[in-house]
Amino acid sequence: MEAIILQILNGLDKGSAYALIALGLTLIFGTLGVVNFAHGALFMIGAFCAVTLSRIISTSHTIIDETQTDFLGNPLKVEVPYVMDWFGEATGAAIIDWAVPLSILFAIPVMIAIGVIMERGLIKHFYKRPHADQILVTFGLAIVLQEIIKYYYGANPIPTPAPSAFVGSFDFGTMLGFEANQIIYPYWRIIYFAFAAIIIGAVFAFLQFTTFGMVVRAGMADRETVQLLGINIDRRFTLMFGIAAAVAGLAGVMYTPINSPNYHMGMDFLVLSFVVVVVGGMGSLPGAVAAGFLLGILESFASMREVLNVLPGLNQIIIYLVAIIILLTRPRGLMGRKGVMEE
Amino acid sequence: MSKMNLTRRGVLKTGAIAGAGVAAPTIFTAQSAAAFTNEPTGSSVTLGFNVPQTGPYADEGADELRAYELAVEHLNGGGDGGLMNTFSSKALQGNGILGKKVEYVTGDTQTKSDAARASARSMIEKDGAVMITGGSSSGVAVAVQALCQEAGVIFMAGLTHSNDTTGKDKKANGFRHFFNSYMSGAALAPILANNYGTDRKAYHLTADYNWGYTTEEAVRTSTEAMGWETVAAVKTPLTQTDFSSYIAPVLQSGADVLVLNHYGGNMVNSLTNAVQFGLRDKLVNDKNFEIVVPLYSRLMAKGAGANVKGIFGSTNWHWSLQDEGSKAFVKSFGTKYGFPPSQAAHTCYVQALLYADAVERAGSFNPCAVGEALKDFEFDGMGNGPTLYRGEDHQCFKDVLVVKGKENPTSEFDLLEIVEVTPVSQVTYDASIFGGELGSCNPGA
Repeated sequence: MEAIILQILNGLDKGSAYALIALGLTLIFGTLGVVNFAHGALFMIGAFCAVTLSRIISTSHTIIDETQTDFLGNPLKVEVPYVMDWFGEATGAAIIDWAVPLSILFAIPVMIAIGVIMERGLIKHFYKRPHADQILVTFGLAIVLQEIIKYYYGANPIPTPAPSAFVGSFDFGTMLGFEANQIIYPYWRIIYFAFAAIIIGAVFAFLQFTTFGMVVRAGMADRETVQLLGINIDRRFTLMFGIAAAVAGLAGVMYTPINSPNYHMGMDFLVLSFVVVVVGGMGSLPGAVAAGFLLGILESFASMREVLNVLPGLNQIIIYLVAIIILLTRPRGLMGRKGVMEE
Repeated sequence: MSKMNLTRRGVLKTGAIAGAGVAAPTIFTAQSAAAFTNEPTGSSVTLGFNVPQTGPYADEGADELRAYELAVEHLNGGGDGGLMNTFSSKALQGNGILGKKVEYVTGDTQTKSDAARASARSMIEKDGAVMITGGSSSGVAVAVQALCQEAGVIFMAGLTHSNDTTGKDKKANGFRHFFNSYMSGAALAPILANNYGTDRKAYHLTADYNWGYTTEEAVRTSTEAMGWETVAAVKTPLTQTDFSSYIAPVLQSGADVLVLNHYGGNMVNSLTNAVQFGLRDKLVNDKNFEIVVPLYSRLMAKGAGANVKGIFGSTNWHWSLQDEGSKAFVKSFGTKYGFPPSQAAHTCYVQALLYADAVERAGSFNPCAVGEALKDFEFDGMGNGPTLYRGEDHQCFKDVLVVKGKENPTSEFDLLEIVEVTPVSQVTYDASIFGGELGSCNPGA
């Protein structure tokens, strides 16, 4: 029982990442009709926003410590962050410690800007082209973006820890009446799940309860009619691309303490997120979220030792297996609507 | 007037033979006046540095390349001479190799066997490389070693830790300076027993490929001989990034030690996840839960950040060693590049010098003569103490370092501390235990 609860928890945070990326993918597909294979790269760039802000905050000047030596035997050069000079040692250290949460504020405008530039500069030229062309150009863009990141940040993972207040894990087992230390879960993963829930809720609320969202939903349903009413739907869709980029970017920012970011992390999520979108139903926002959590939890269960002993390697194929079953029984996915990608 | 009899069968046969001749790589077919493949005839000799310049180990590859460039500089008489000053053999004079200026070409292994073979082949066939060296993966090392054997050039392996490289897949033209999984297990087990006791239950997470298997086997065998019990060994896909679903079952397994047979990004992520799950804060079987990483790399330790603190592992070399060779290399590399070298850089630099020295002692670039010069060659002053290049399997035997993640690092490079220098006698094994045949040396042409 403990193992099952633990794997559900595992699936929730993995599913959160899938759901956030798939949500952005679906938003772009639903509004612009573009299959964006560069979406994983946006997740990765978001993570590197955290790395960048962390480095900016830690920008230092050098002082020579004559009492210590470096690896060559010279007096040790000690880096002192400017924030410690400006705000005092304790406050400066706290600001550096909280670099990842602070990166959320940094990432939102950066990611919206990247999204808008990407859409205006490249994607818009492919609206009327076949989906295969869109996939090729966005996949190429993803490779370019990850190579740029690798050039500037290197190929190795870069540790970007959570604030020290969130280091450690919560003992769910004790709370649920089980033995201590049997169902423990890291604080930051709980925060990641809560954060994902807030972002998903905010996107739905934005689309459901604002005039802007209403116009966008109308445009998704019937673009031509909305345009005939004199509304510049293209501008709104461009902004939606920016918002989708920001959602992926924020998912990346908050993921950095879970796994040290590297240039390839976007590709690791991309294919699975596409499967999530297809299983959820192309163009269906609730479908993307539901499928994200469903497949995340299933993947976690398939990784249990008891399961792998019976069916070795199941965790590697479970998502694709479920995708096949769902598409055979429900060709439009879990919540797919008639007419989407069926012309 | 002669009459030509053209038949369909005849044309097809002739075409097939001609096509096969054209298609076959020239290096494997060419019969020339040269005594061996790519015999240097001019005033220079070309070495091929085959390192990962893209892909997940690109940073290690960059450090390997820096080391090779430094070695070339020293071989040609530039810089401060580095390890040539402390090397026990005095055959190298700083005037190139056999008086020929050393030049080099580079290839990108991408840490993919097929890409590595293609780049090695290109350097041999198009650039005339007389020796191939480098790499940061056992899969790549085994693949390139086999290619060099066929092509008739020497392969001086870079960072490759699997037993197979000089075990079941060993080749007469291939040589490895780096240590291996068996040595890691043999060096680590006594330290683990001393620090954690002999009554321990270990849970292994193992990267699902050749290196992972040999490392798991080596650590299991060594620790079980000390009295440890292995409660489970689970294979993890090489592409895995989030190990939480593999870490969670450890909590219910009754294990009190987690052994991470992972390297590179796998190691960074699995260790980070294990620490996040609070494993190191747990008491299991009335003992502190412990984590072990059999193969450490400083570059990878950097990726894992503070999570490596207090965790035991092994390494081939570390810049903080205080022997004259290590100090000379760190000074030379650090002065040129501004940071200390990694173990990958060290082993590649040493391999380049060992090859050059063997050529000088042999008086020839002929791979068979070079191989003979390297076989059972004993040397010192290269940073690992007295070392033997064993003739039976072309594996170097030297002391092994057991290291621990440093609790209070003073800089971004100061991540590991040396716990013990395990004497070579403790890590030496019978060459026959891993099988394989060296075969005979192939000079190529």
